[in-house]
Amino acid sequence: MKLSKLALVAAAAITAASPILAGELVFPSLSYRTGPYAANGTPVADGFADYFTLLNERDGGIGGVMTKVIECETGYSTEKGVECYESTKGEGSLVYMPLSTGITYQLIPKVTADDIPMLTTGYGRTSAANGAVFSNVFNFPANYWQGASVAVNHILDQENGDIKGKTIALLYHNSAYGKEPIRTLEALAEKHGFDLTLLPVDHPGQEQKSQWLQIRRERPDYVVMWGWGVMNQVAIQEAANIKFPMDKFIGIWWSGSENDVIPAGAAADGYKALTFHAVGTDFPVFEDIQKYVVDAGKAAGTGENVGTVLYNRGMYGAMLAAEAAKVAQKMHGVAEITPSQMRDGLENLVMNDEIAAAIGFGGFGPNFEVSCANHGGPGLAAVQQWDAANQKWNLITDFMAPDMDVIQPLIDEDSAAYAAENNITPRDCN
Amino acid sequence: MFYREAGDFKTSYAADSQTFPIRLDRYGYYTTLAIAFLFVPLVISDYWANALLLPFLIWAIASLGLNILSGYCGQISLGTGGFMAVGAYSSYKLMTAFPDLNLFIVILLSGVITAAVGVLFGLPSLRIKGFYLAVATLAAQFFLVWLFNKVPWFYNYSASGQISVPTRSVFGYEVTGAEANSEAKYLFILVIVVLLAYIARNLTRGRIGRSWMAIRDMDIAAEIIGVNPLLTKLTAFAISSFYIGIAGALFFSVYLGAVEVGEAFGIQKSFLVQFMIIIGGLGSIFGSFIGAAFMVMMPVLLKNIMVGQLGWATDIAAHFELVIIGGLIILFLILEPHGLAQLWRLTKEKLRLWPFPH
Repeated sequence: MKLSKLALVAAAAITAASPILAGELVFPSLSYRTGPYAANGTPVADGFADYFTLLNERDGGIGGVMTKVIECETGYSTEKGVECYESTKGEGSLVYMPLSTGITYQLIPKVTADDIPMLTTGYGRTSAANGAVFSNVFNFPANYWQGASVAVNHILDQENGDIKGKTIALLYHNSAYGKEPIRTLEALAEKHGFDLTLLPVDHPGQEQKSQWLQIRRERPDYVVMWGWGVMNQVAIQEAANIKFPMDKFIGIWWSGSENDVIPAGAAADGYKALTFHAVGTDFPVFEDIQKYVVDAGKAAGTGENVGTVLYNRGMYGAMLAAEAAKVAQKMHGVAEITPSQMRDGLENLVMNDEIAAAIGFGGFGPNFEVSCANHGGPGLAAVQQWDAANQKWNLITDFMAPDMDVIQPLIDEDSAAYAAENNITPRDCN
Repeated sequence: MFYREAGDFKTSYAADSQTFPIRLDRYGYYTTLAIAFLFVPLVISDYWANALLLPFLIWAIASLGLNILSGYCGQISLGTGGFMAVGAYSSYKLMTAFPDLNLFIVILLSGVITAAVGVLFGLPSLRIKGFYLAVATLAAQFFLVWLFNKVPWFYNYSASGQISVPTRSVFGYEVTGAEANSEAKYLFILVIVVLLAYIARNLTRGRIGRSWMAIRDMDIAAEIIGVNPLLTKLTAFAISSFYIGIAGALFFSVYLGAVEVGEAFGIQKSFLVQFMIIIGGLGSIFGSFIGAAFMVMMPVLLKNIMVGQLGWATDIAAHFELVIIGGLIILFLILEPHGLAQLWRLTKEKLRLWPFPH
């Protein structure tokens, strides 16, 4: 009797679907605050949650409808990601932002089948930029191939436009994420005549002695890094140990947060990383965050992450999703939009100075327009450099455009292969 | 009173040596099968299938496999994750190379390929024993993961190194791919699980199983009475890897749909299966199932209680989950070192005597 009662309680708990409350816009947050990538996952999740708290507190939600963030811990594991997706998709989830390239690959066919959009800001599958094939996946404002191209452009600027015969080493997380830029870098190596050395680092990335020994021996002119979590900190420390010149060590935007450089102390000074949005707190929206969220004691974390690179990125992603929801509300004339309408909103999203200024994000990110054919945006990225003495990142370049002449054919080729593999007829976007 | 042998008369040798000699057990088994095949598909949802039932059934196959090797034949292996990867990549290569091949045959062949790889890595077991063998299989784990990462042929030269499953159907129902129904996926795996469990059960009480157990209990004595250690150990490795390969193939093709080898088949998976058979019970078919159920469902159950019901922060819940599961494992092993299957066995002993224990 007692046992069967217990089993009943357990069965009730295991389904655990809390009822859908009418009149809420649900934004699931597949976050990771535990595991080897927690140091980087936590500020992103905080920024994401805080921005929706701000919208609720300041504006009463989006278009008069309150927002709700459902957080689900993935620990950066694809299996938990699947569990999170299945447990939240029934609750009216409008858009998925899994913050993991592995989970993104997992979810691309699933969200398309369930007609829920997925927005991967600066990560995920690059060829999803082709909206004709990937109808429900968006990866604006920038993707990895564009990042790789901007990094090479920056190197070109440093070397006065000629890098023939130079060596660039790619130090990458040995996973789908880290392997993404290889194809572009190979194409660029052919175009500009530099040599590319590939140095994979296995998950989670604490063990990099042999890779750095190789760098020490071969002395590549530049090291480009695709790292995440603890791998970044270890790489920057190792670079400092072999006295590799920091200004020739360039990380992707996921390898350029305060967490990554602070452990190496003064030795990290001059380390560079890409970014697709501004750094710091000199934007009007942060005053509101401070006033309505942090001071009101409603911050998702402790509030100390506000203004850090990854917090800003989480907030930026939340802002893009919220703006897309506004577009969807306007397009369809309803306040309580469905995931399918949200998809239309994402596809017609326009970011310009006027819109950005109105929500306190003036100058925070580049302007772009999403369209049916182009789900990827222009891919503008800037280079930021770490100032160890003042403990802050400084933008040292403008937002630069990638070499789309090289990237666009690659995107077309890869998405065509995906379409052929999965029997997808590309949509007509004209 | 009700659960007893007395009064259940056997009139043939076949009836006498059946798997479930007690009538109540037999009915319980048939009822479970009937519920699993007839009732569950009617009520199954995407969440139940993808979060609980599919992983449970797939891990049950993997722990059946490891239980054959460790529990019945006494050979320690830490290469389970690597062997699952062999199964997954075999099924991927077979599916993409032969698009018209029936999925059942693909899964079967993946198991056969993994069995061959398993025999190869099982060869050292003839010379080395115990912990040293564990280290040799650990090498298999790392080598196989490295191989699938390093050689682009295995992932058909895809840019990201990920493998993604193409859509395949069985009897006109899609079983792999995103459009596949939960019911179809569940039934497909269930059929394989039931078949494999049936085979495993009958293998372990036949000649081969007895020779495995003879080797496990004392290999020198077994050799003296005429058990061939080469053949016995290698069949254990082959059959165990066959099961694990099938589990890996299903894990990739039906459950996840896209995997990358380091993340999906890393060393932590080897430990997970090891925990399953230790908690469930070494040398027990039922133990393999209950161990898999414990390790798959307990985290989800705890998460839903802590986050869904109590409303705790997700990170605190995730940390507590580790603490509670770790604590439960230690507790179970102190209370019953032979696993949950032994608890079940003791319960049945008591039930037979109830209500007159003297």
